[in-house]
Amino acid sequence: MTAAAGEIRPVIVGAGPAGVRAAQALVAHGLQPVVIDEASRAGGQIYRRPPASLSQRSTQTLYGLEARRAVALHIAFDALRERIDYRPDSLVWSAQGGRLDVLHGPTRGTDSVPYGQLIVATGATDRVLPVPGWTLPGVYTLGGAQVALKFQGCAIGRRVVFMGTGPLLYLVAYQYAKAGVDVAAVLDTARLANQIAAAPAMLAQPAVFAKGVYYVGWLRAHGVALHSGVRPLRVLGDEAQGRVTGVAWQDGNEERTLACDAVGFGYALRSETQLADLLGCRFEFAPLHRAHLPVRDAAGRSSVKGVYLAGDGAGIMGADAAEWAGERAALALLADQGVAVDTARTAALERRLHKLGGFREGLERAFPLPPDWAAHAPDELVVCRCENVTAGTLRQTVSVNGADEMNRLKALSRVGMGRCQGRMCGVAAAEILAHATGLPLQQVGRLRGQAPIKPIPIHLAATPSLEGAGE
Amino acid sequence: MTGRKTLHTDVAIVGGGIVGASAALALRQMGIGVVLLERDLCGSRSSGVNYGGVRRQGRPLSQLPLAQRAHRIWERLRETIGTDGEYLRSGHFKIARSEADMASLERYRAQSRDFDLGLELISDARLRERCPWLGARAVGGSLCAEDGQANPRLVSPAFALAAQRAGALIFERHKVDEVAHDGRAFMLRSGNALEVHAPALLNCAGAWAGPIATEFGEEVPLQSGHPAMAVTEPLPFFMNWSLGVEGGGIYCRQVARGNLVLGGGGKGVALDADRARSDRDAIASLSAQAIELLPTLRHAHFIRTWSGTEGYLPDRQPVLGPSRTTPGLFHGFGFSGAGFQIGPAAGEVLAELVRDGRSSTPIESFSIERFTPTPP
Repeated sequence: MTAAAGEIRPVIVGAGPAGVRAAQALVAHGLQPVVIDEASRAGGQIYRRPPASLSQRSTQTLYGLEARRAVALHIAFDALRERIDYRPDSLVWSAQGGRLDVLHGPTRGTDSVPYGQLIVATGATDRVLPVPGWTLPGVYTLGGAQVALKFQGCAIGRRVVFMGTGPLLYLVAYQYAKAGVDVAAVLDTARLANQIAAAPAMLAQPAVFAKGVYYVGWLRAHGVALHSGVRPLRVLGDEAQGRVTGVAWQDGNEERTLACDAVGFGYALRSETQLADLLGCRFEFAPLHRAHLPVRDAAGRSSVKGVYLAGDGAGIMGADAAEWAGERAALALLADQGVAVDTARTAALERRLHKLGGFREGLERAFPLPPDWAAHAPDELVVCRCENVTAGTLRQTVSVNGADEMNRLKALSRVGMGRCQGRMCGVAAAEILAHATGLPLQQVGRLRGQAPIKPIPIHLAATPSLEGAGE
Repeated sequence: MTGRKTLHTDVAIVGGGIVGASAALALRQMGIGVVLLERDLCGSRSSGVNYGGVRRQGRPLSQLPLAQRAHRIWERLRETIGTDGEYLRSGHFKIARSEADMASLERYRAQSRDFDLGLELISDARLRERCPWLGARAVGGSLCAEDGQANPRLVSPAFALAAQRAGALIFERHKVDEVAHDGRAFMLRSGNALEVHAPALLNCAGAWAGPIATEFGEEVPLQSGHPAMAVTEPLPFFMNWSLGVEGGGIYCRQVARGNLVLGGGGKGVALDADRARSDRDAIASLSAQAIELLPTLRHAHFIRTWSGTEGYLPDRQPVLGPSRTTPGLFHGFGFSGAGFQIGPAAGEVLAELVRDGRSSTPIESFSIERFTPTPP
């Protein structure tokens, strides 16, 4: 079935780089999409904008080398404002029968948004592999540390250690140091040799590669201690004060400690796939991402008719790729509705995205997840902080009850059963399950998505969906 | 074709839910050989994702002998399956929202007097005093102090593990593709992996039991149902009782960790033949009723909703007993959303039927013959 452009009213979930570029492409073809976003201002996580009342810091200080891109995206979005149906502060918490269930603000009300075509651009959150002591106040994920700086205009501590791996590790350290925070050290679990070996692949994106090199060089030039090939041992804390006092890590055979009052940690990012899951998209294991991800074609079409996937929510490819993928998905949506699109442009976008694949593989080789993390996670390590489930409990659930699959592990141990529904602990739990069973990671499966995507107040859930939603 | 395993045993069981698994356990305790085939994981379907009510109150009188038998099994759950499964005799309170409801509860108490359920009617001032958290809609109710709740995620798989420890051969992820009877023994085939031969067969396949019954000329009007289920974040503990509502509606309980588990309020939605999810409007209805009954929930959050696939029969009674067409075949399915409490007793009954040809618990009301009347 085809329709005139004016009759199509697609919905875009997410107003980060992918969602904004998708909206822009749709508007350029005469459509007026609905754009639903959890944040109060468009930009996503990477180009997050502070509240208007706090925006005294310049874009240069907020985004550093990314300032130009951030500003471009903000301007692009602002130009769209009058031509889209923009719904900020809105959480899509469920999807069923061609409608999205939306919660406005934490308290304002619910709504049911019908869609015929949908672009899912739900972004990413930190990939967390916990370390003993990570539940102490003062420990943040890298993304959380960045949000504090960009959105709230404050630092997580006065003397901060950044730990983990991934490009974000150096970027956040750089942003903190630039903001005047004492960065005590950057502890990278990847080895320098990894990065050197991966350099040729990463040169597929020379500008991005150069930025990474620049951050590292800047940090070193400003006296920040950079250690690679480390194994984080624990976050040290003052039990009485309930606060971080330092970190301990292993450097070769040597155990080292460093005093600090806050820790930012993380292992790159993981995709937010719950909505795609509730929409019924087919998932497959993606070795590059060490995760089960919704499948899509080169244009962003999911396995479900009318549902398109773009940006980090469908696989971590970074902000630039998100912009291209958002535009590409919008063009696919238009073409599928019989609207003429510029095929040279679609081909160019696909070429860029394809080329970026090589760079992404390089990044993964440069900053691999520590392969022995699960083997070294002590039994008493809390993996799921909502439900206080330890690594030892997970191992016991495998050895005593024979759990060999994620949903079974959840049912028997409560891992991922709390408020975050496995969004934070799922990666670590899967690594432990794979290690404890000896099965490859892809075989232990993934947690089934269940509504609500994030908790919803009961009195707001009490609103039935508008009109009959079909049978 | 290569590598197919062939097994000969006394009893083959299809379905590793609480009924099939407890039958396997009971059979092993009698020293009878068992092979159980489960299409997914034992206790992963409705046996493992239901509300967790362990309730006799409100059941049809015909089910009370079975429920009483189950009550005694639940009492020694830990020694039977090696875990308490968070089973608590916390009390089950059936709420009346009108005087007519109260009269109905009173009638049920009178009718069930022979079964010693110990029902206590509570209303007016005593109701407000004992449960100040109840909303204004409740005018009274009936308490069964020895009924309670358990965690189905833990209990149902534990029955299967206990059966396995007792020597049952359990094959998970083994869907039965073919079942036949050659006049003496049954043959079950699971793909190219497994073939089982046994003189007795238990059909405990829950919502998927219909085709097996049909295979033996016993068509039943079995339909799938999908209750809407939801759970809140942990809340300060305020309620011991598991709640139900006279005349139907929602049910709800608070677990030791503080989460409230709620169910009812409409239908879930089937995603495919195997999976279901809570329906959006069912969640809305559940929420509205929950706030009405327990106003304190108003600002609580739902953190998860789910559903499952249950087998329902038109009279809401299970099929439990021998086949009328095929000797050695016994059915135990169609518990119509109320099988968790009586499941372990149904398993024991099936084991007795295999060994003795009869059960010490009356099960006439559950005969499959009620759907296949003999022509006059």
